[in-house]
Amino acid sequence: MLAALISRVLRRVAQKSAHRVLVASRNSSNDATFEIEKCDLYLLEEGPPVTTVLTRAEGLKYYRMMLTVRRMELKADQLYKQKFIRGFCHLCDGQEACCVGLEAGINPSDHIITSYRAHGMCYTRGLSVRSILTELTGRRGGCAKGKGGSMHMYTKNFYGGNGIVGAQGPLGAGVALACKYKGNNEICLTLYGDGAANQGQIAEAFNMAALWKLPCVFICENNLYAMGTFTERAAASTDYYKRGNFIPGLKVDGMDVLCVREATKFAANYCRSGKGPILMELQTYRYHGHSMSDPGVSYRTREEIQEVRSKRDPIMILQDRMVNSKLATVEELKEIGTEVKKEIDDAAQFATSDPEPCLEELGHHVYSSDSSFEVRGANPWIKFKSVS
Amino acid sequence: MAAVSGLVRRPLREVTVRDAINQGMDEELERDEKVFLLGEEVAQYDGAYKVSRGLWKKYGDKRIIDTPISEMGFAGIAVGAAMAGLRPICEFMTFNFSMQAIDQVINSAAKTYYMSGGLQSVPIVFRGPNGASAGVAAQHSQCFAAWYGHCPGLKVVSPWNSEDAKGLIKSAIRDNNPVVVLENELMYGVPFEFPPEAQSKDFLIPIGKAKIERQGTHITVVSHSRPVGHCLEAAAVLSKEGVECEVINMRTIRPMDMETIEASVMKTNHLVTVEGGWPQFGVGAEICARIMEGISEKLVLEYSQAVVNIMYLNTYSIKRLKARSGQTTTLNLSCVQFPGCSCCSCHWC
Repeated sequence: MLAALISRVLRRVAQKSAHRVLVASRNSSNDATFEIEKCDLYLLEEGPPVTTVLTRAEGLKYYRMMLTVRRMELKADQLYKQKFIRGFCHLCDGQEACCVGLEAGINPSDHIITSYRAHGMCYTRGLSVRSILTELTGRRGGCAKGKGGSMHMYTKNFYGGNGIVGAQGPLGAGVALACKYKGNNEICLTLYGDGAANQGQIAEAFNMAALWKLPCVFICENNLYAMGTFTERAAASTDYYKRGNFIPGLKVDGMDVLCVREATKFAANYCRSGKGPILMELQTYRYHGHSMSDPGVSYRTREEIQEVRSKRDPIMILQDRMVNSKLATVEELKEIGTEVKKEIDDAAQFATSDPEPCLEELGHHVYSSDSSFEVRGANPWIKFKSVS
Repeated sequence: MAAVSGLVRRPLREVTVRDAINQGMDEELERDEKVFLLGEEVAQYDGAYKVSRGLWKKYGDKRIIDTPISEMGFAGIAVGAAMAGLRPICEFMTFNFSMQAIDQVINSAAKTYYMSGGLQSVPIVFRGPNGASAGVAAQHSQCFAAWYGHCPGLKVVSPWNSEDAKGLIKSAIRDNNPVVVLENELMYGVPFEFPPEAQSKDFLIPIGKAKIERQGTHITVVSHSRPVGHCLEAAAVLSKEGVECEVINMRTIRPMDMETIEASVMKTNHLVTVEGGWPQFGVGAEICARIMEGISEKLVLEYSQAVVNIMYLNTYSIKRLKARSGQTTTLNLSCVQFPGCSCCSCHWC
């Protein structure tokens, strides 16, 4: 049974690998046109384009961003094993094309909310590697002052990082409601995983978003495994892009940053035109287990992971495209790699040496905009001052 | 004209609790464009209990939103809207249904400001009727004061009369934190005198401050919501027997005003807590625990024996701190006779 499932996945992986090195027509040394995979459509007459132009500048930017996310996640893995990071740590290496591609398809003034596998998105939304790693190590220089950790990082127009599976569905629809209410032409990308797709509240969010025509792009990041449960073991229908029922959907190759970008642009335009919500399924893969406490090989094979790494790695796909179309040289990309390594190492150095928040701050931020008050500690004689 | 009106004693307006909440919401909707109301039947039905009567006609679809029967969904939508800068009022038809959405109230709303290190505030109000009604059976009669009162990051208020209702709903809407407003269905239709200051559009009651409804010297009686009325009636009966009760209307469950309660118990040395919730791990249990931890030291230090007699009778918790003599006596609640208490759902008694 398991063997049959795995072979099905491998077949799907092998099919996709044929598209990896696509036809590139060089228009100039500054940009190139690439063919991208056609998206399966649901309740849509037409979908995103099947070719796209990538400029050299964009290519270098996406490459740098994806490599930064990759290296940052690997550094987090290392820090976790060294016990600098404790608690939950859900890594997204393998899924870099999703966060980078989504950001490339929207404006900074648009909004994003996602699940706990959020480090990559925190970076693409504007948080520095330093503030992310320092939050992971729980120090005062972290973006949430050490009080949130891996799953609760926030920045402008980014609402986390949510620990409860599926809760971000309605939250994102609510952000979209605010966008419509204010009439500011902004949209909200509401991400959830293949596991969360089975939450009732996701269906409730779909219903209300469609009913009220909220400018919400629901995005199912399907990495095939909800913790240790393969999609086919959890869902009666694994066509996640059709599960919006009355909401149009697209199935997108989530390992190709250009495919993600074009699909996102298409979906964003759809929402901005007032037609209501739309659903995107990003087919992607995570190399790590569900979290750092999961080796990730009891419910899938090492061969499968290796297959994806060698045939569908998102960074490799972009690298090959850029080098083959002479948008960049191998040396240039190596140079970027060196710079990224330095950035990550510096950030890790800071993250492991920054002091922890002082105990006096334990009671802070209980309430917003309030005058300070006392919070009871572990016994009646220990009190903490709480400042907003 | 002004001289004449000064001579004529104008009777104080009587306003029902329902109309007081309606007024409060209307004023805040008018004052701030970002405020809106969503919930089941709040718009075209005028509110399941008519609390939002007239608001949809006045403000329209954009600001008064009827939702499908999807508590977890619409509570989450309301929280998301609050995170993105609006000021939603999320109505639960009764707080029993809030149980389906409680994850959004606690994990998405209450904890977020803390977890984000002060970056993301959630200015939202969750309101609706709480506790027992008349014969609606167990699933529709739960009091959520203790459950919501347990959680840091949340503010929880429980109005009793019209003045409470208007002042607290306005404060809740203006507060930048998630506030749970526990109303009471049986109180909606009860009229109260509305003092002149309550008629102002800026009338606010501070969250976190209790009110002494009746001064007394012999016994402190602490309560919230509808039972406050019962306590005042009981106090009137006891007064004829020479027992003067000091009745405290908590108004706020969290943050609880222990200062007022402590000061009163220091004065009277006797405490009774009265609530509509279950006794175990309840509001009264918390008050008693804090009295024990706090001032009981001051009361008992002079004496060799600290005696606390705890007896639970139905939904009322009774504690007696005897610090003056070493003896204890139990207080039999049935002797106190809460008159007019014919409303209780029979599954308790």
